[in-house]
Amino acid sequence: MNDLRALSGGTGPLTAPLGRHRSRMGRERLAGWVLGACAGVSALVTLGLVLVLTSETVAFFSQVSLWEFLTATRWTPLFREKHFGILPLLSGSVLVALGAAALAIPAGVLSAVYLSEYASRRARAVLKPLLEVLAGIPTVVYGYVALTLVTPVLRVLFPGTGVFNAASAAVVVGIMILPTVMSLSEEAFRAVPRHLREAAFSLGATRMEVATRVVVPAGLSGVLASCILALSRALGETMAVTIAAGSSPHLTLNPLEAVQTLTAYIAQAGMGSPAAGSLEYRTLFAVGMTLFALTLVMNLLGQWVRGRFREVAP
Amino acid sequence: MRGGRGVTPVGPGGPGSPTVPGDPGAPRRSGGAGDGLGGLGWGGRSRRRLAKGRAFEVAALLATLLGVAALAALLGDLLLDGVRHLSSHFFTSFASRFPERAGIRAPLVGTLWLMGLTAMLAIPVSVGAAVFLEEYAPSGWFARAIRTNIATLAGVPSIVYGILGLALFVRALGLGRSVISGALTLSILVMPIIILAAQEAIRAVPRGVREAAYALGATRWQVVWHQVLPLAFPGILSGAILAVSRAVGETAPLIMIGAMSFIAFTPGSLGDPFTALPIQIFHWASRPQEEFQALAAAAILVLLALVLGMNGLAAIVRHRARQGE
Amino acid sequence: MATVYDIDSGGREPALEARNLSVAYGGREVVRAVSLAIPANSVVALVGPSGCGKTSLLRCFNRMNDLTPGARVTGEVLFHGQDLYHPAVDPARVRQRIGMVFQTPNPFPKSIFDNVAFGPRVNGFEGDLNRRVEESLKRAALWDEVSDRLAEPAGKLSAGQKQRLCIARALAVGPEILLMDEPASELDPRASQRIEELIYALKRDYTIVIVTHNLQQAARISEYTAFLQGGELVEYGPTDVIFTKPREERTETYVTGRFG
Repeated sequence: MNDLRALSGGTGPLTAPLGRHRSRMGRERLAGWVLGACAGVSALVTLGLVLVLTSETVAFFSQVSLWEFLTATRWTPLFREKHFGILPLLSGSVLVALGAAALAIPAGVLSAVYLSEYASRRARAVLKPLLEVLAGIPTVVYGYVALTLVTPVLRVLFPGTGVFNAASAAVVVGIMILPTVMSLSEEAFRAVPRHLREAAFSLGATRMEVATRVVVPAGLSGVLASCILALSRALGETMAVTIAAGSSPHLTLNPLEAVQTLTAYIAQAGMGSPAAGSLEYRTLFAVGMTLFALTLVMNLLGQWVRGRFREVAP
Repeated sequence: MRGGRGVTPVGPGGPGSPTVPGDPGAPRRSGGAGDGLGGLGWGGRSRRRLAKGRAFEVAALLATLLGVAALAALLGDLLLDGVRHLSSHFFTSFASRFPERAGIRAPLVGTLWLMGLTAMLAIPVSVGAAVFLEEYAPSGWFARAIRTNIATLAGVPSIVYGILGLALFVRALGLGRSVISGALTLSILVMPIIILAAQEAIRAVPRGVREAAYALGATRWQVVWHQVLPLAFPGILSGAILAVSRAVGETAPLIMIGAMSFIAFTPGSLGDPFTALPIQIFHWASRPQEEFQALAAAAILVLLALVLGMNGLAAIVRHRARQGE
Repeated sequence: MATVYDIDSGGREPALEARNLSVAYGGREVVRAVSLAIPANSVVALVGPSGCGKTSLLRCFNRMNDLTPGARVTGEVLFHGQDLYHPAVDPARVRQRIGMVFQTPNPFPKSIFDNVAFGPRVNGFEGDLNRRVEESLKRAALWDEVSDRLAEPAGKLSAGQKQRLCIARALAVGPEILLMDEPASELDPRASQRIEELIYALKRDYTIVIVTHNLQQAARISEYTAFLQGGELVEYGPTDVIFTKPREERTETYVTGRFG
């Protein structure tokens, strides 16, 4: 005899829902819907973002010509004499981002090489988290440091540097994105299979040669992805540039001058609380759309490159 | 350490690195067979290679230490500037035109409000989305679209979220420049972060546990609730803590929402105006007077304590979970 | 075409019957048009070379293939006359009546008690849980070894004990049929033998279908054996006949190659 009787009460048909099971199935369906809705929220966010940006940008371009936007060299929407050329803001953003990349990429890649090829396990366990702390520090802190620490140093080294300048922001943004470059590059290097290194060593190569001629080239697409993503982050950075780089849009390549980036303008204009529907209000969205499109393209590019390197490395 | 070489064999760690210690820099052919070592001693060429290798290693080490040095310089600078303002007076006073009397009571309370609200709003929705993507619809067009969507959202600059918050919560929904607008904006900002962390934690739950549960007649929700979520909990928790700590440090979205910078009260309800630590820091740092800069440094120290404390907490949660396995 | 012997079930309906069952994973067919009937209260072994589809076939019997993405099942599995793959059938309820034990022991990371109690709890059991857990552990020949430490984590048990715990866990739900996917293949010979003894004792009250690559084991414990190759059912009949005088040449090749 079977004294462990079936819980469903014997040999009843499998399709007839018993009372208890009806509620279990109901709960199951409810759970599915609620969870799907949670996932759908993210779709709503994107939808909202695109709608809001697009509608106000379109309204903006009904008042300002696209040609002026793309080619004019002055950006003065908040002044009496209004110009709406995006180039000064764009150049400000690019200047800071490139400066930051010039600092972060070599340092980041080199430290990734050090951590993956030279450092002992203990050293890595200490150094890596320390560097990752840098990524967790709020950006407003970087702004403060740029203004109070970096700018004075720069003004000593390069007399004539303005109180607000792009270089100071570039330095701190570089330190901010260094962990991004480092951790993605290190991930790429560690994915390089052991036997490639061993083959090179067995041919008499030094560690440096193995690192620079075998590991880095093998992990190159990961390094590239890290650079693209770091650049994108640098472009989207707001507080450090707002505090340290200034609020005067200049079309310039000189990092020792004050500039205004796309993000800094948005912050400045936002603080002024422009009236809804006004042209000033709409500049927020036009510039925001530019920023969004720029970083979106870079992120997609970076993700694509990163996806490719994952496939290649076994 | 191999004698006569003078190179420190440091075994690099990690799965891809070989365990071959030392720097086998000796070339096969030496300067001459008459060196008494059968041609294996150091010759002129190999010495140059060795020097290059050492220089490179030093450069790489310096690059690594650059970041650490930057961190140290940063903290040192802040401590020097700001520590003298850290007193109980600082924590209990409101902002003031006079630096000696100013405090961070309003911003600190505002930040705590934002932390709590953001956590309450963002965590359930994000975990729900992650459960859906991993357990309910792993394949299928809807899930795939959502996944790409989330990866995209994770890369959007925070100020753009501020723009969205301004247009949607402050203006369109009429919530005004209130603490709830701020919290809603921060929530959508951190949602992708929590979702990605939760997904990873759920994926790490071994397949056998799910199979066994299903085979016992459990429904999908029962498997998720009784088996998957408890096992994924530490990973989800640490991801959530990190996300909230990120929200705490955000300034740009709050600027767009219209957080004030000079208020003498703390929020009493969801619809009240508010300020937050990062905003206060921003405004003090933007003042030219040195005394305000010092206040900013002090406030930064408080903010850093909060943020780094939460990061540390998340690391502890992860560590404890790994030990329990 | 398969050679299927007449199986005398003593006039009772078969516990489980597969009719023209096929399984494909992403377009690749792993089980081809298999038809066989499992007599009640018997032990039936599914044997064959690796990749022959025996595990895929087994997983059809409790709708576990539903959980494999890209799996397509065609054909019928009849359980008390009801096709398990009918759209109105709830797979969870199927699994209450048809239990499964896996190759790698997979106890939950919970206490021994909670492992066995999980099945009854999620299925809405309202009786005396302590008694049910005790009875299940007794049936799985594990009670004597764990009765004083039910609150301990299941992870502390030996591999053989874990597998018996998984059996107890499956029994606690009160199934009629037990599906076992190579339950002893990861255990040492002593533990494996205990599982075999357990199966022999259980068949009095349950119908057992066991996948095994160990022909000696199949010969020891099963009454009927089905030999599959390349997804097809080659031969199915009483174990002693299959092993001593199979009708199909393919069967003979396999059996003598691995058994002799």
